[in-house]
Amino acid sequence: MDVVVQIIVTTILASTPLILAATGELVVERSGVLNLGVEGMMLIGAVCAFVVTMETGSGTLGVFAGMIGGVVISLVFAVLTLVTLANQVATGLALTIFGIGCSALIGVNHVGRAYSGLPKLDIPGISDIPVLGPILFRHDPLVYVGVAMVAAVWWFLYRTKAGLVLRAVGESHDAAHAIGYPVVAIRFAAVAFGGAMSGLAGAHLSLAYTPMWQEQMSAGRGWIALALVVFATWRPWRVLLGAYVFGAMRMLELHGQSALSLNIPSQLFTMLPYVATIVVLVIISRDAMRVRASAPACLGQPFHPRG
Amino acid sequence: MTRSLWGVGALALAAGLSAQAMAQDPVKVGFIYVGPIGDYGWSYQHDQGRLALEEHFGDAVETVYVENVAEGADAERVIRQLAAGGADIIFTTSFGFMNATVNVAQQFPDVKFEHATGYIRADNLSTYAARFYEGRMVAGHIAGRMTKTNVLGYIASFPIPEVIQGINAFMLEAQKVNPDVQLKIIWANTWYDPGKEADAARALIDQGADIISQHTDSPAPLQVAEERGVHGFGQASDMVQFAPNAQLTALVDNWDQYYIDRVQAVIDGTWQSQDTWGGMAAGMVELAPFNAEAIPADVLAEAEALAARIRAGEVHPFAGPIYNQAGELVVGEGEVLTDEQILTMDWYVQGIDDRLPN
Amino acid sequence: MIRLERRPAPSRFWSYMTPVLAVALTVVAGALLFWALGYPAGAALYQFFVTPVETGYMRAELLVKATPLVLIGVGLAIGFRAGVWNIGAEGQLLMGALGGGAVALAFWNEDVPGLIVLMMLAGAASGAAYAAIPALLKTRFNVNEILSSLMLTYVAGLIISIMIYGPLRDPQGYGFPQSRIFHPAATLSPILEGTRLHFGAVIALVAAGLAWLAMARSLFGFQVKVVGQAPQAARYAGFSQPRMVWIGMLLGGALAGLAGVIEVAGPVRQLNDSISPGYGFTAIIVAFLGRLHPVGVAIAGVVIAMSYIGGENAQIMVGMPLAVTGVFQGMLLFFLLGSDLLIRYRIRLRKPGVAARPAAEPVPAVAEPRVESA
Repeated sequence: MDVVVQIIVTTILASTPLILAATGELVVERSGVLNLGVEGMMLIGAVCAFVVTMETGSGTLGVFAGMIGGVVISLVFAVLTLVTLANQVATGLALTIFGIGCSALIGVNHVGRAYSGLPKLDIPGISDIPVLGPILFRHDPLVYVGVAMVAAVWWFLYRTKAGLVLRAVGESHDAAHAIGYPVVAIRFAAVAFGGAMSGLAGAHLSLAYTPMWQEQMSAGRGWIALALVVFATWRPWRVLLGAYVFGAMRMLELHGQSALSLNIPSQLFTMLPYVATIVVLVIISRDAMRVRASAPACLGQPFHPRG
Repeated sequence: MTRSLWGVGALALAAGLSAQAMAQDPVKVGFIYVGPIGDYGWSYQHDQGRLALEEHFGDAVETVYVENVAEGADAERVIRQLAAGGADIIFTTSFGFMNATVNVAQQFPDVKFEHATGYIRADNLSTYAARFYEGRMVAGHIAGRMTKTNVLGYIASFPIPEVIQGINAFMLEAQKVNPDVQLKIIWANTWYDPGKEADAARALIDQGADIISQHTDSPAPLQVAEERGVHGFGQASDMVQFAPNAQLTALVDNWDQYYIDRVQAVIDGTWQSQDTWGGMAAGMVELAPFNAEAIPADVLAEAEALAARIRAGEVHPFAGPIYNQAGELVVGEGEVLTDEQILTMDWYVQGIDDRLPN
Repeated sequence: MIRLERRPAPSRFWSYMTPVLAVALTVVAGALLFWALGYPAGAALYQFFVTPVETGYMRAELLVKATPLVLIGVGLAIGFRAGVWNIGAEGQLLMGALGGGAVALAFWNEDVPGLIVLMMLAGAASGAAYAAIPALLKTRFNVNEILSSLMLTYVAGLIISIMIYGPLRDPQGYGFPQSRIFHPAATLSPILEGTRLHFGAVIALVAAGLAWLAMARSLFGFQVKVVGQAPQAARYAGFSQPRMVWIGMLLGGALAGLAGVIEVAGPVRQLNDSISPGYGFTAIIVAFLGRLHPVGVAIAGVVIAMSYIGGENAQIMVGMPLAVTGVFQGMLLFFLLGSDLLIRYRIRLRKPGVAARPAAEPVPAVAEPRVESA
């Protein structure tokens, strides 16, 4: 029982950077913009958060610095793709190259420095409840922010007029423009939000998940976050599902190796999260009409008002 | 003297100046690293060695490095550029650079090459590596003596001999001092992914391990050990700042003296191709200061004595009798495994409950 | 007020001038960056833009590095034009290397004439077969290929790992993750004395040429463009979209697989766990930088190769850390991508409130592919 509880706790922790980044990217893509630079934005967020935390001693300031870092670098992407109409896929990849280099440059004097990690929730009595306490009430604040942001994004997209407009922009920018909505401004805001969320994801990496700075420490999590948006078929709650499936499979990989003594290559265990994600997507994608309906129709297409 | 314009040296060479004419010029030393120097692991430690060179020789050396060089087709070009740029000696610091180093060494007979952890040598190509397993033996002793759950965890990267040597040396000694000890191994299939390494440490601790050993590059597993109140060993560098309570000691790669010696040999004109496989005696493998707060005094004394005996050559981590998993005697009483046997190690010792790929 | 106006047709002048402008902007911005960080700007820029083309050896290296990028980029460009989002070329490359490499290793000590041809066929087939998985999942189960092809890339790396730690490991290799060195009959020997330039570069060039012919002159090329730009129209015209998914995926996979086997038969000469430093991902940038046009892809492949080699040189000659060269490379890409604007739009200064004359119905120079077509 204890092991199961711990597996769940670790899954929730390990999924948080994925949830944060994927939720941000989901909003970006819902507005019709495909930003493949999540990995680069995450690293910038991670290094800004860590450096500011170490220099000021305040984790809170660090978290905000991570978000600001993410926003700033995402605005480079926004200007290039929304103003100068550069290709989004290539610009996103270039953003990752830029982010890896830039983060290494910023963090060069902070390699090897230690931080104790963001404080964890500890409510006397409640955090100590068996099973539920550790699973629900003993995480770092960003874990709760991640889940809250999924709910907030769902509410925003489906329950507010602004969300409706954002989705409309993603479905048909020409129609939205004709009605009079500021397509480019809305997409700017969405991209900046995505940058902030990727920055937050990075801050979770460098301040909570593995509190330190090392070059390229995100180790490909930005790519997984991108895949999760597709997995989620652009719906917020499914991001949560996807991240937990991926995280749980990773834990199964690790626990499976140490608990079982199977005569198979360890690489097969390591394949688990990747293969499982595909399999689960096969299961939920069979309904062709529903999946099609949820992909933003203008995703990846440049917009320039005619005339 | 730090990295300066090598282009100037290259131009001088192109202008037809011979190497002798430039004899009083600083010795140019090139390094190529497989990872970024900010990885705080393997490449970071080699770069510390480079910095030690600059510290030791001052203006008498010029160093340059290229980091994060892919081990595929790119390596050969980078090494060749270092050689063509006028390097006197080039250290290629990852196994995967072997074929590239061999090829370039053929093309530049006057340049000296040093390849880490490889096995091909030539007149101008040396190899060097460290007997990390010696440090693992001491770690195994401490772990075997200190564990309360009798479960030790090991985060491994890839099943190459160097990693398997470490696991075996660790387990042999742990079993010697604690016959009930059990070893749980997770192959991370990566050298470097802080998040995954941390999760692997969590999984091992959740399965009852109270001491974590790692052969991956980041301090993340130690941080987890610190948080969970268990213990572990630092890898590649002293990671005590990440886990002041949890780190019992660290197995530090120390290339400083080797690099200084080899560059000195170039300066003196005595450099010769050789194969160096140094351990604790040579200072290539060091143990970070023992954590006296956490390690009981008797265990600490034993560990110190064991380390001293390894340095003195009185104890060998792979001294017989050693049995493999099938229970077959690999090396008998009074004998030790040969270097060749250690270098090609692809089997586990008895008592390890895991399977290696074949 | 500055505003953009769509040109009636893409500007020929700016198609040639934008790269020049982008490089000029990069030089200025790069000089500022280097100066601010305390590196000699002139020497650094020299390493990026001159050294990679200075000597015959470096020019050959440029082509060696560009070869896999161009091969993969050409295949991806056709797929992207058809709206097929193959992000997993890296995995297909690895499987091609494995398939072709396995053939080479089956005859590791035999001089088999024509073995290299067999290897290439096996490599292309392996790459295509691996790309068939996302194609099947897409057409049969409606699974988005971005996710499946990306996830399969990680799986491919692990399959290679199993093979080189297992059946394909060099028995004399001290347990390291590498195969035997290939027999000379299984390698592409240099075609230029004193360099590593191999026949693969010629193959990449031919592939780009054939792709250009197919796209510009054949019904196939027309279908690809229609499916990519106007899926509805394509359906009315009777072009099957699933068929396009299959063709786009298999073509991309085959060329990536070919790139993989050429890489192991050319400069690497064995299988190991670090065959590609991410060519499959870089090739996506190459494809778009080349505006999804085969000839453009070939040029873009060389430009990107130059930026990588320039980065190495700057580290060696100027002592610039990788981080700085990465930032510089990102900047170069930003300028190259951003300045494309001038090809299709003109920048006009006008007073606010004056309505511009509506432009003619725009003809996009580049098919902008869509992730999921309705």
